Amino acid sequence: MKRLLIATALVAVSGTAWAQDVVRLGTEGAYPPYNFINDAGEVAGFEREFGDELCKRAGLTCSWTTNDWDSIIPNLQSGNYDVIVAGMSITPERQEIVDFSQPYLQPTPSAYLALSKDADLMSGPVAAQTSTIQAAFVAENGMQVVEFATPEETVAAVKNGEAVAVLADSDYLKPIADESNGELVLLDKTESIGGGVGMAFRKSDKELHDKLDAAIKSMKCDGTLDAMIQKPEYFGPNSPLAWGDKGKEGC
Amino acid sequence: MFAACADPKAIEGLTWAMCYLTSAKHVDFYWSFVTVLALLAITAPAALAMGFMGATAARSHIAPLRWLGKVYIWMVRGVPDIIFFLFFVIALDQGIEYVKSLAVCPGGEWPWQGLEFRVCADAKVPLGNSPPIWHQLYGFLLAVITFAIVFGAFVANVIYGAMNAVPRAQLETAEAYGMSRAQVFRRILVPQMWIYALPGLGNLWMILIKATPLLFLLGVKDIVYYARELGGSKTQAYEYPHGDWRLWYFLGLMVFYLVFTRVSEIGIGKLTRRLSHGQATAGGEALRKAAA
Repeated sequence: MKRLLIATALVAVSGTAWAQDVVRLGTEGAYPPYNFINDAGEVAGFEREFGDELCKRAGLTCSWTTNDWDSIIPNLQSGNYDVIVAGMSITPERQEIVDFSQPYLQPTPSAYLALSKDADLMSGPVAAQTSTIQAAFVAENGMQVVEFATPEETVAAVKNGEAVAVLADSDYLKPIADESNGELVLLDKTESIGGGVGMAFRKSDKELHDKLDAAIKSMKCDGTLDAMIQKPEYFGPNSPLAWGDKGKEGC
Repeated sequence: MFAACADPKAIEGLTWAMCYLTSAKHVDFYWSFVTVLALLAITAPAALAMGFMGATAARSHIAPLRWLGKVYIWMVRGVPDIIFFLFFVIALDQGIEYVKSLAVCPGGEWPWQGLEFRVCADAKVPLGNSPPIWHQLYGFLLAVITFAIVFGAFVANVIYGAMNAVPRAQLETAEAYGMSRAQVFRRILVPQMWIYALPGLGNLWMILIKATPLLFLLGVKDIVYYARELGGSKTQAYEYPHGDWRLWYFLGLMVFYLVFTRVSEIGIGKLTRRLSHGQATAGGEALRKAAA
């Protein structure tokens, strides 16, 4: 009887194998406007719209899943999803373990968020999210770094005085500063780090990599990528993340 | 959910609060309480069974079985939970997929290539194209197995101690009546050992209740995950922007956990009283005197 049940269950599970293959996209879901979980409990943000459009162009069926930033690369490698679309900057260290698509956003300017404009970055620790380019940057430039698992916690650390400032993508920090009623401000100083934002693949997934790379290029060529980046709810019309003429090279 | 909630940014006051608290994400949050309770309801008996088997094995007369029981208790108790939850679950997941790949994949390549784990698409559990609910159920199942193994080791040690605490005279009397070893075990040892095991088991139950946030490590979204996610400050990118409300959400969770543990304490107290009847323990003696 038990064996019969197991057999039935196996047939039920393997029966779905005939359906079309699905590409699973992994993201963090805590970094607006790049990606976040909206009030309907779904993945939303620029990368949601961008990823869905790419899948449409590449003729793939895609589904979204979220994962902690800390373990986002290990879970890609063990096959829990196939692509990371999580505002991940392309760096040589990451390139050693995963393959990146061509960048879909220009190198992102990083900004400091602090309690006042004259905050002294050397006077205390600067907060950054663990395993980000910003965390590495802070450490390499002689500042004291304090790391947190989520972006939310880095901002909270500044509010309660645990850190003098937080270094993160300016597009993430700007709305927080704007809506804080003057409690938090962006410093004038910005940093340009990273080599653009790309999607990460397993090194063995050449085929998927090529398909989505071609789709990114086609979005750059017909200008839909720039139009999407410049939407007011994402990065705004004057965003330095847009490609302009640079994206049209080789079309 | 309600018609009035169509444009959240235009409403305020009570309507806003009502719409906010019934947003789809909040409904997910409420469901996660059910997830946690379901996990506890399934894990507790499973861990008890694992522990009972572990303890029985550890005091077995057959040497290899005894070693197996002792090594299980020693190993799982000695490894920090968080390491166990990170390492074991990945190993279990990959192990399942490896075994399945032997059956369904052509070629039969060794899946561990450097840092990557690669099996053919058909060997994925659940399959990549199955609906999200299957992925959640699978994560939940891995969680139940892991919790059962981890807590089973602690339960095993408690039961092992409780079995040794049953007065030797009780067992000797049973043997004198001519009962076999299995009969002594079933009729005398097991019914009497519960009263000695209960304080330890009660402790473990309390710890298990509070250990559920480890669920998130396994990809199951539990109440603590949602409290942090919902409570975190929300900019205008969200439908319901607000400041950092994590304190309030965590206060809510604190009340939930306190009520839950208090109810558990009362339940354990009642159970202790019931099991003490007729036992040669101080508690049993007190009951006998009160009745006389």
